[in-house]
Amino acid sequence: MKPGRFSYHAPQTVDEALELLSTRDNAKVLAGGQSLMAMLNLRYAMPDDVVDLNGVRGLDDITVTEQDIRFGAMARQRAIERDAAVAQAAPIFRDALGYVGHLQTRNRGTIGGSLCHLDPAAELVALCMLYDATITIAGKEREKHLPMSKFPAFYMTPNVEPDEIVVGFTLPRWHGVHGHGFFEFARRHGDFAVIAAGTLMELDSGGLIRRCAIVIGGAGASPLRLTGAEDMLLGQRPDADALTAAAAIAGEIDAMEDNVYSSDYRRHLARVLTGRALAQAAERAI
Amino acid sequence: MTDTPEIQHDVTVTVNGRPYTAACVARTSLADFLRHELHLTGTHLGCEHGVCGACTVLVDDQAVRGCLMLAVQANGAEVRTIEGLAAEDGRLSALQRAFSDHHAVQCGFCTPGILMTLVEVLRDTPDIDERGIREALSGNLCRCTGYQNIVDAALAAANAIR
Amino acid sequence: MPVGKTVIGRSVPRLEDSALLRGEARFLDDLRVPGVLHAAFLRSPVAHARLRSIDADTARIMPGIVAILTLEDLRPLLSADRIPLQFRNTGLGEDITPFVLASDELLFVGETIAIIVAESRAEAEDAIDAMDIEFEELAPVADVRDGLVDTAPRACTERANVYRDFELAYGDTEAAVARAACTFSLSIKQHRGAAHPMEGRGILAVPDTLRDHLQVWSSTQLSHEARFFLSRMLGLEESQIDVAVPEVGGGFGAKYLVYPEEIAVAAAALHLKRPVKWVEDRREHFLSAIQERDQYWTVDVAADADGRLQAIRGDMVHDAGAYIPQGINLAYNAATALPGPYVLPAYRLAVTVGATNKVPTIPVRGAGYPEGTFVMERALDGIADRLGLERAEVRRRNLIPGDRMPYATPMSSRSGAAIVYDSGDFPAMFAQALDAIDYAGFETRRAAAAAEGRHLGIGVGCGIKGTGRGPYESATVRIGRSGQINVFTGAMPMGQGVKTALAQICAEQLGVDATNVRVVCGDTTTIPLGLGGFASRQTVVAGSSVLRAAEDVRDQILMAAASLLEAEPTQLDLREGMVGLPGTNRRVSLRDVAEAAAGSPGYALPTGVKPGLEASVNFMPDGLTYGMGAHAVELEVDPDTGLVTLLRYVVVNDCGRAINPKLVIGQLHGGVVHAIGNALFEFMGYDAQAQPTTTTFAEYLLPTAPGIPSIDVRIAEYPTASNPLGVKGVGEAGCLPVAAAIMSAVEHAVGLRPATLCSVPLAPPDLIHAMGQARGA
Repeated sequence: MKPGRFSYHAPQTVDEALELLSTRDNAKVLAGGQSLMAMLNLRYAMPDDVVDLNGVRGLDDITVTEQDIRFGAMARQRAIERDAAVAQAAPIFRDALGYVGHLQTRNRGTIGGSLCHLDPAAELVALCMLYDATITIAGKEREKHLPMSKFPAFYMTPNVEPDEIVVGFTLPRWHGVHGHGFFEFARRHGDFAVIAAGTLMELDSGGLIRRCAIVIGGAGASPLRLTGAEDMLLGQRPDADALTAAAAIAGEIDAMEDNVYSSDYRRHLARVLTGRALAQAAERAI
Repeated sequence: MTDTPEIQHDVTVTVNGRPYTAACVARTSLADFLRHELHLTGTHLGCEHGVCGACTVLVDDQAVRGCLMLAVQANGAEVRTIEGLAAEDGRLSALQRAFSDHHAVQCGFCTPGILMTLVEVLRDTPDIDERGIREALSGNLCRCTGYQNIVDAALAAANAIR
Repeated sequence: MPVGKTVIGRSVPRLEDSALLRGEARFLDDLRVPGVLHAAFLRSPVAHARLRSIDADTARIMPGIVAILTLEDLRPLLSADRIPLQFRNTGLGEDITPFVLASDELLFVGETIAIIVAESRAEAEDAIDAMDIEFEELAPVADVRDGLVDTAPRACTERANVYRDFELAYGDTEAAVARAACTFSLSIKQHRGAAHPMEGRGILAVPDTLRDHLQVWSSTQLSHEARFFLSRMLGLEESQIDVAVPEVGGGFGAKYLVYPEEIAVAAAALHLKRPVKWVEDRREHFLSAIQERDQYWTVDVAADADGRLQAIRGDMVHDAGAYIPQGINLAYNAATALPGPYVLPAYRLAVTVGATNKVPTIPVRGAGYPEGTFVMERALDGIADRLGLERAEVRRRNLIPGDRMPYATPMSSRSGAAIVYDSGDFPAMFAQALDAIDYAGFETRRAAAAAEGRHLGIGVGCGIKGTGRGPYESATVRIGRSGQINVFTGAMPMGQGVKTALAQICAEQLGVDATNVRVVCGDTTTIPLGLGGFASRQTVVAGSSVLRAAEDVRDQILMAAASLLEAEPTQLDLREGMVGLPGTNRRVSLRDVAEAAAGSPGYALPTGVKPGLEASVNFMPDGLTYGMGAHAVELEVDPDTGLVTLLRYVVVNDCGRAINPKLVIGQLHGGVVHAIGNALFEFMGYDAQAQPTTTTFAEYLLPTAPGIPSIDVRIAEYPTASNPLGVKGVGEAGCLPVAAAIMSAVEHAVGLRPATLCSVPLAPPDLIHAMGQARGA
C-alpha cells in the first residue's frame, strides 16, 4: 500500500504555507501524519501536493496564563500530556490523553491534526468542545477566531477553507475549585472510543453545583455538549439522584449507528459513562 | 502530471550514529527508505496503516511509526533502529539479552518495533511495572507470543538496567 | 556405550534469536536481487460478476511499468488455468479450484484479475488506478445459509452452492435421544476470522537462464509442495525449480497453500526473464489470504440423569468460500473434533460445505478443532444448567477416565486411520487446571469483588487435537568434511523454533550442544522430499526423522572411529565433537571421521565404513498422537458496558515430552491468545453484497498486550509410543477450548444461564443484548 505520487513542500513560515495552499487546488496539510499518512498509504486521499507544517517555527507552543490555556496547532499530543502547567490548570487533558492512541502516535500526533481530522470519537476534539475553545485560523487576508461550536461543518470536515490553516487553540480556564471526569469506552486500550464522556464541575461553598459542562464524543459528527443536563444540574447537590437524572438525559441523545454498534448501544454507553464522569468530577470537586 | 518524472529528494539522516545520504521520491516512507535505500532491513512493515507497530523506530529519541512518516521529514534527524541496539563489539544489549533469555521472540517480525518502543519506555519510566509495560505496548501487535514473554523480558531488562 | 549429552528437555536458548534480535534475519522482502521487478495485482472490486473486458492501455505506458498480464497473456506459460486441488479428494467437483488470474467470472472481492510488473511497487499501484474493467454484476451469496435455499442465486454460475455433503455417525443417536432423561437443543454460530501473521505472504522468483532453472523464495509453509505445484503449473520438471524459504514471519495456516499470486509471479518472471518479487500488503491479506470464517451448528444434546452424555446429533453448515483450493479437511476436522476428550456414546452430524462469494476458507491455527470443541463445551454447560449440576463436575463425569487409555473412538481421521487417543490422564489434568486457578477458592474471591461492585466469573474447558500428521517428514543428517553437523529437512520454520528443537534432538545423539548443529529447513536444493508445517506435526514427525537419522550417523561415526582408533565401537565415547577411547588419549574429531569417510582416490575406506557420513530418514507415523488440554479462566464483566476483562488464565497441556519446555510454553501462550481473539475480538465483516467491511487493523481487532492476562502454563508429559521421541505437537493446542471457557465465565459473571452465549466472537453490545433478552424473558 504505497501512496499515490505527490509534490512535497516544507514551508518555514505560516505565510509560505498559506501561499502554497492558495495556489494548489488539491493540496493536503501534513501535521503529525498519524491520520493523513495512513490515508495516503491506503490511497483514501490522493493529493497532488502535500504541505508539511512540521518545519514551521512557533506553531507548537503550549502556554498557560491566568486566563487561558493556549495550544499551538502543532503542539504534540505527547507534549500536552506531559506539560506540568496544563496538568495543573486542566488535569482532564492528562486523563483523556491516556486514551489517545498509543505512545508512538502521541509522539507525532498534534492537537491541530486531531481537530482538523475531526474524528467523531477524538478525545481532544471533545475537550475543546468541553472548554468552549476558540480556534485561530490563519488565511491570506486575515486571522480569524472561530468558536468551537462553529468549528465542525459536517462529518470529519471542519469549517476551514482549503487556503486556510488552523494555527492555534485558546481554552478559557476554569477558575476556582472544580473537578473533572473523563471516561471512554473502547474495545481495547488505545482504540478509538465508541463513546467518550467528559465533564467539569464546580461547586459553591455550600456544595451545590455552580457550574457544569458535559461533553459526549462519538455519538455524532461533532462532540455534543449536554446543555440540557448542564442547566438541570445548576444549583443542585451532586448526589446520586441528580447525577442519575443528568445521565438519563445523555441516554436520550441522537447517536449514530454502524456495523458493530447500534444507536441504542451508543445511547446506553452515553448514559453509563456520563454518570461515571459526573460522579468522578463531583468527588474531585471538593 | 504523470508524465514528468517524480522529483528525487536528497535525504540525510544519521542512523545508529552513522550518517547516510540517499535520494528518494517524496512519497517514500521512512520505513521504506531505511529498508530499501539504506538497506537496513531490520525495520519491518506489517500493515502500512499505523496500527501494528512493527515499523517503530526512534527519531530524535522518540518512538514513531516508520510507515507514518515520510523519509523527507526525517532529513537531518537522528534515527535509531534495531540494527543499532547491540554494542560495537557485537554484544547484545540488556534488552536484547532479556528477550533471548525469556523466549520473547518467535517469528521475530514484530520484534524490531517492540524493542525500539521499549528503548523509549525503559528510558523514560525505568521503574515501570507489568501493567505499565502492557499499556506501553498497546500499539504493538504480536501474533505469535501472546505477549507474556515479551512483558517478562521487558521487566527483566528494566531490572537489569536499573 | 557412547555417552550422550542431555540436550532434550532443556530450555536451551533459541538458535534463531541472535539474527532476529539484531535485525539481521532476512525475511522475503529483505532479499535483494539486482534488477528485481515488483508485482502488484488488479483485484476484483465486486463479489460476483461476469468479467467483460480489461483495459490496460493507459496503464501499460505509465512510468516504471514493465508488463501487465492477464490470464490470456499467461496461458502460453501455464499448463492449466486453475491450480490443482491441494489434497486428493474424491467426491468434489472438477471446477472448484482457483484460477491463476480471473477467467470470465469473478467470484470474490480481491480475486486476482491481472498482474502488474513494474520498477517499483508504488508505480505498479499507480498503474492499477489507471486500469479499467468492464463487468456485469451478478447476485452474490453473502451468507452460506442463504446459498442453500432452493431459490438462491449460484455463487458460481457453473456449479451448485453445495460443494459437499457428508455425515459422520456412530452409535444409535435416535434411541439415545428418545430415552434420555435430559435433552435440549443448541444453535451455535462460530466465526473464526483470518490468520494475520505479522508478515504477509510473498514470493521472489529468480529465473536463471544459464541453467534453465527457476529459483523461488517464498514466505511459505510448504516449500516442496510449492515446487511441485509450480512445476506442474509451469510445465517444468521439478528439477528445474527450487524453492527455499527466507525467515518466515508467522504462518498460522495462511501460508499453507500455493496461491494464484505465486503462480502468476513465477510465470511473469519466466516470461520477462527477470526476477520478480511480490510482497503482500495488509489489505491484500484481508482480501485474498485464506480465512476460517463461519460455521453454523444446530445440535440436540442428550444426557442421563447424572449428566453423562448419551448422544449429540445435528447438522453443521460450513462456509467454504468461492473456491476450494485444498479440500474439505476444515469442515471434517471440526466435525470429528466434537467428542473431544469426553465419552460420547452416540454421535451423528450432517455437514454441508457451502459456497459463498468470499475468499476461500482453509485451516487457520486450530484447523476446525476449536469449533468442534466449542460445541461440546457448550453442550456440557447446557447439561449443567438443565440438571442443576456444577459445571466442573459435569466435565469430571464425562472425561474419558485415565484407566481407559489408549481409548479407541469410533471415528476415523481423513486418512482412514482410526482415531485412538493414545495416552494421557484427562481427569488428572483437569484437576490440575482447577487447582492451578484455585477453582475451590473462587466463591470467596467473587464475594470480595462483589462487595466492591465488581462481577467476577470463572469458566473451564477441555480440548484434544490429533498431532503429528503424516504421511512423513524428511530429514538428512550429514557431517560435512569440516566436521560441521548439518540437518536438512522439509520441516518449515514460522516462528515456533523448529530449528532449535531439531538441533537439540540431533545434538543429543552426537554428544554436542544444539549450537553446534546447523539446521536448514524447507530448501528443496538440500533435500528432495518434504511436506511442511501444518497440523502441529513438525516436532513429532521431523523430530523423529532427525532422531533416527542422527542415531544412524552416530553409529556410522562410532564404526568409522573404531576403525581409526583400533577399538570396538562400544568402547568409544562421543562428546563435544570428539570420539575417544576412555582411559587413553586416543581420540579423533568428527572432522577426522568425516574426512576418513569421504575417502581418498585409490585408497580403501576404513573397515566397515561407508562413503559419506550421513543418513536420511522419512519417518512415517502410524496415525496421529493426541495431546489433551485443560483450561480455566477467571474474568470480570462490566455489566453496564458489556466489557470483558480477563484476569487469569490457566492451561495444562500434554505435550508427550517437552523437547524444549520454553518453546512448548511459548506455543501455548500464542495459541491461547489467538483464540482469545476469536472469542472476543476478531470478526471479518462482509455486507449483503459480500463486500468486506473490515479491511484494516483498525476495524479487525487483534488481541493486544493490555487485554491479555498472565497465562499460567503447566506442561504435562504423557509420552506416546507412536514415535521414538514420545512427543506430541502443541502448535495449535492452545486454541481449542478458549472461547467456550470464556463464554462460560462471562455467563457466570453476570448470571446468565450456562450455554446462553452461543455466538462467537462476543462483542460488548452482544452481551448487553443477551442480558437484556434474559431479563425480558
